[in-house]
Amino acid sequence: MKAAVIVFPGSNCDRDVAVTLRDVTGQDPRMHWHADPDLPEDLDLIVLPGGFSHGDYLRCGAMAAQAPVIAAVRRQAQRGVAMLGICNGFQVLCETGLLPGALMRNRDLTYICKDVHLKVVTTDTIFTSRYDPARVVRIPIAHHDGNYVADLPTQCMLEDEDRVAVRYCDAAGRVVDEANPNGSTANIAGVLSENHRILGLMPHPERLADPRLGGTDGRALFTSLLEALS
Amino acid sequence: MKARIHVSLKPGVLDPQGKAILGALESMGFDGVQDARQGKLIELDLDDDTDADTARARVDDMCRRLLANTVIEKYTIDLEG
Repeated sequence: MKAAVIVFPGSNCDRDVAVTLRDVTGQDPRMHWHADPDLPEDLDLIVLPGGFSHGDYLRCGAMAAQAPVIAAVRRQAQRGVAMLGICNGFQVLCETGLLPGALMRNRDLTYICKDVHLKVVTTDTIFTSRYDPARVVRIPIAHHDGNYVADLPTQCMLEDEDRVAVRYCDAAGRVVDEANPNGSTANIAGVLSENHRILGLMPHPERLADPRLGGTDGRALFTSLLEALS
Repeated sequence: MKARIHVSLKPGVLDPQGKAILGALESMGFDGVQDARQGKLIELDLDDDTDADTARARVDDMCRRLLANTVIEKYTIDLEG
């Protein structure tokens, strides 16, 4: 599986996801600087990592969405190349329009860094096939602007097309407002593109993919990708 | 020429920062405030020889492509000078 991690000025989870990819796939991903417009054409996976690209100035992900590499990312998205946007990467994907909706300031205005419980809504994707839909997973979030906003038609479209990948829930798996850390519409923590080949999510699966880090619930996302893309 | 761009959230989009401002004003004893919305003001200095129509079209393009996220935000443009 050939993967590339796009590195923006201010990315800070690029190495974390690279370590996880190497660990799971046995191959080092290409670390691709945002200013280089020439993205290799033989990639199986493009990762937009977490961090604070361009200092989160103007809006989170807004300037990264205009980076020289993004034209190539769009072309490859049209070709169906798999893409994973984590946290700031999710914000960038929304800003490019490759995913619908937007990510706003958290409901309580605070930066939140903690483990949350998630319900995997659909396992019929290259990202989630190895998850047991009956099991609640625990993965950390770390963001100030993770409040997913989508208008009602967009929300209905996401539901109808099975494009909500994960939702915030409580430890018992109940999708309730008390388990919504940031005010996201319908507890949405991650969404898929129309062809289900692009996933953006606020939680950080790469941060809990090794027993030495205190848990492995994030690992199945990468093993799912390995199985689908190798 | 100066362009002043006022970016604000579309009606109906919840504004957590506006809510916090409203709460703070209420706790300070300012009554009579029904709602508060927070936006941003962006000022651009443009080349002086640009005519107003061209400038407006260019700034509008800037707004749509970068300065505002039209999924959640609206904007107005004021040109001066």
